[in-house]
Parts: sequence; structure tokens; C-alpha cells
Amino acid sequence: MTSCPKQIVHLMHEYLDGEIEEATKKELKLHLDTCADCKKHYAELKKTIALVQSASHIEAPAGFTAKVMALLPREGKKIGIERWFRHHPFLTAASLFLLLMGGGMVSMLEQDDNHFAFTKNTELKVENETVIVPAGTVIEEDIVVKNGDIRIEGAVDGDVTVINGERYMASAGNVTGEIEEIDRLFGRLWFELKSLFK
Amino acid sequence: MDLIVQRRIRQVLKGDQNAFGEIVELYKDKVYQICFRMLWDRHEAEDAAQETFLKAFLNIHTYNVDKKFSTWLYRIATNLCIDKIRKKKPDYHLDAEIAGTDGLNMYSHLSSGDQLPEEEVESLEVQETIHQAILLLPEKYRSVIVLKYIEELPLQEIANILDLPLGTVKTRVHRGREALRKHLRHL
Repeated sequence: MTSCPKQIVHLMHEYLDGEIEEATKKELKLHLDTCADCKKHYAELKKTIALVQSASHIEAPAGFTAKVMALLPREGKKIGIERWFRHHPFLTAASLFLLLMGGGMVSMLEQDDNHFAFTKNTELKVENETVIVPAGTVIEEDIVVKNGDIRIEGAVDGDVTVINGERYMASAGNVTGEIEEIDRLFGRLWFELKSLFK
Repeated sequence: MDLIVQRRIRQVLKGDQNAFGEIVELYKDKVYQICFRMLWDRHEAEDAAQETFLKAFLNIHTYNVDKKFSTWLYRIATNLCIDKIRKKKPDYHLDAEIAGTDGLNMYSHLSSGDQLPEEEVESLEVQETIHQAILLLPEKYRSVIVLKYIEELPLQEIANILDLPLGTVKTRVHRGREALRKHLRHL
């Protein structure tokens, strides 16, 4: 074996890695056919690989996944939000901007925040801060009610939006557009922004 | 499978821990196997595998979705194991015997089909020798041999996992094979 060029062993490994070229493959084959030592070396390598590959495949212990899940930090809303911020630096900046801008708008909005207001329409009736769409009438426009409730007994051919109030719908009542109830300040802000861009 | 994994990862990023549970289910055997072959101790392997998934969860935002998830995950596992091997190196050879017996216990728990008891024992002894041979490999050869012949990964992927040039991986596989040959040729 010592008389054989080191190159032969290298070729064996190339062959075992499946990265040998055709010409060198022939060279290797030729050598193995004539040299008993190298042939033995090669056979041993093949056997070694077979043995290592025969190592029985084992599986993770029972309950492994449950144990891992128990290790994970409790994912409160806070972690989720923090991670979200990390991932969306641009959106974070944008929302910060909106928040600051919004702050100004909120104070603007708060000025007329507490009194009852609704879309002017002669067909509408009002009772104790409740706007009523009377039965049998059809209102052909969008209705917005702030700080009050709406009861729909007739029909509305448009959207109905209730801010800081509640909507009651009679079984005969009918609204063709969208119905929205906005309670929270943020939702309200969104509504104001939306109408600003309309 | 990659598509499912990518979808689960997006869910994990959104804060859905259950989606991570599905990822653990998919990869637990592979990861446990890498750890076991590297560390050759059932408890250490379980700890290492759990740590791998915990690390993956905590660092999931650093995973590049365009790359293969298994490569990223196996890198965490092999790095952890290499760290552990380095830490316990001083008493490493003294350990080997005891750790070996532990492995025997574990194998008796494994179902081995309809084999006769004597054959079972014999194959256990062979397994034992194989594992001793793998264990005797220096950790840099052990990691490539485990990934190549136990996980059956292509050389290029092993290079990606270990963050080594392809040439280095080839050399280590060659040397690892030669070292194993010396221990196993008489079997």
C-alpha cells in the first residue's frame, strides 16, 4: 500500500462523494483491480460507511414537543407587539407619526365630542337622543349619529354610522349600505380620517 | 414541506406559538438525532435538542425566509453540541464508558422488530462499537460525519450548516471516514 500513490486514496474519497470524473474513475478502477492493498482499503471504507449508516435511526423522546412548548416564554401581547415593531421599523415610524398627528386631531375632535348630533333630514324623528327612521319612510342618504342611538323602523338607502351610541333595528327595518358602530376613540379617529380623505 | 414550514414561520412571527409546536413536531427527530450522535448521551441530547428549539424560537426573526429552514435549524443544533463537547472535554474519555452503558439501556427500549434476542444483543454490540467510533472522532470530523451519513445531507448543505467552505467539508469527511475505518474495519 505504501508503494501506491497517495492520490489513489484521494480518488477513493472523491468516488465515495460521488464527485469523480469518468477518466479518473477508470484510473481508480484499474488500480483497484491490480492492487490488493488498495482494494482492501476501499472495501473497508465502504464497510465503514455501511456500518455508520446502519446506526439505527432514533426518535425524540415521548412528550418532547410539549416540553419544548413549556420552555417557550409566555407570549403576552406585549412580546408580540415588540416583535412586530422590530420587524416593521417603517410602519413603526409611520404609526408614531400618526399618533402624534392624531393627538392634535383628538383635541380638535374633543371640542364637539359630547353633544348629540345627527345628519339633518326632515324625515327623521328624534326622541330622547334617539334618532328614529320611521316605519314606511325611505331615507335616501347616509346617516351619521354622534353621541346618540338610532332606531331603524323604515328603510335607509345609504350607510348608517353610529358614534358613541347604539343601533336598534326593527324587523321591518332595512339598510342598503354599510352599518358601522364606532365606540372607541381610535375607531372614531379612523372614521374621521376616512371621511377626510373621501 | 418547505411551503408548510414557511407558512408556520410566518404565523410564529405573528405570535402564534401553536404554529411553532408544529415546526417542533416536524423536526424533533432529526434534531434529536443530530444531538444524540454528537453527544452520545440521551439526557444531554434531549437538553440540547430542547435548547435548539428554544433558541430557534427566540431568534426566529433572524431566520432568512429565502434560505432553507432545516439548514438554519441544524446549524443551531450542531453549534450547541460543539459548545457542549468543548465544555466537557477534560473528562470526556473517562465519561465514554459510562455514557456507553447508558446508550445500551436506551437501545433496549427501542423496538427492533421481530429479531431474536441473541441477534438483538449482537446487533446492539455492533451499534455500540459504531457509536464508540463516532464518539472517538474529534468534534470537527464528528459533525460532518453525522450530517453526511446519519442525516444523509448533501455536502453543500453541510457546508451551509457549518458555515465552512465546501473544500473544508470534503477534507473533513475524508479524514473522518479514514478515522472511522481504523476503528471499524475489524468488525
